[in-house]
Amino acid sequence: MNILLNNKKEKISEGMTIEKLLNYKEIKNKYFAVEINEQVIPKSDHGSYIIKNGDKIEIITAIGGG
Amino acid sequence: MGKLIINNKTYNSRLILGTGKYKDFYETQSAIESSGCEMVTVAIRRMNIGQDKASKNLLDFISPDKYTILPNTAGCYTAKDAVRTCEIAAELLDGKKLVKLEVLSKSETLYPNIIETIKAAESLVKKDFKVMVYTTDDPIIAKELENIGCECVMPLGSAIGSGIGIINKYNIREIIENANVPIIVDAGVGTASDACIAMELGCDGVLMNTAIAKANNPILMAVAMKNAVISGRDALKAGRITKKEMGSPSSPADGLITGD
Repeated sequence: MNILLNNKKEKISEGMTIEKLLNYKEIKNKYFAVEINEQVIPKSDHGSYIIKNGDKIEIITAIGGG
Repeated sequence: MGKLIINNKTYNSRLILGTGKYKDFYETQSAIESSGCEMVTVAIRRMNIGQDKASKNLLDFISPDKYTILPNTAGCYTAKDAVRTCEIAAELLDGKKLVKLEVLSKSETLYPNIIETIKAAESLVKKDFKVMVYTTDDPIIAKELENIGCECVMPLGSAIGSGIGIINKYNIREIIENANVPIIVDAGVGTASDACIAMELGCDGVLMNTAIAKANNPILMAVAMKNAVISGRDALKAGRITKKEMGSPSSPADGLITGD
């Protein structure tokens, strides 16, 4: 199925949870947040939240800034 | 005249630093450590997903265990975007809700958009965020932001990154005199004397980024700013002499060996 991940089109398997997507993308940062369709999905839900076709996903972190 | 208290936490340092514009993370870390600051701002951005898996991230160098991490809403031009960014930041920082609210206009001066700032502040305070709000040096707006429930009000000295220093000391002083929350000058500091002047005016602290990160020697400038903030506050507490138009000799007239 198709998703938008950090503003880039991606194809991923059906029924993928956020946790599986993070593993698939080898996200190792300790400090990050996941937003889907402009809603923050808490870490506690990453194992159960199933990504749907067309979801707009943002994986966000902290960087240097003033 | 006691310690700086923000969101029920006491800080020994009255200097807050941004983490942007440094050469690399090592320089960022070194400058932060040299400055003695205990709170740093960070920006909230998309992760670079394709990057080298072994590469480090800012918070590997500036640990949330050691520093208060203050996420900013830089890059947001609307209240909606600012609130969204803060909600993401809270999740990223394990539920911590202390934020730096900045909603800028799209002008070259990066001047705050006060209308959207006020809307965002109201919304964030209702959602239990503790808001340190970047604003103009307008004393009426500063008080309004305090009344909305902001934790701390942060008027600009001058435009972000300009290095001009405090353009309107009278406004800053008025803001301080009317405030019941900490007032921290944020933006426009260029060199140590600017930070010193801010503290002598009565500010509770100073926030800066470019002045250190883009100095010829950032580490030395970080030390200079640390000392400037301490000196300015000590000078304020010491109570300066009044300015006079006429001279007043420092040596006594009695016992002169010359003339009568």
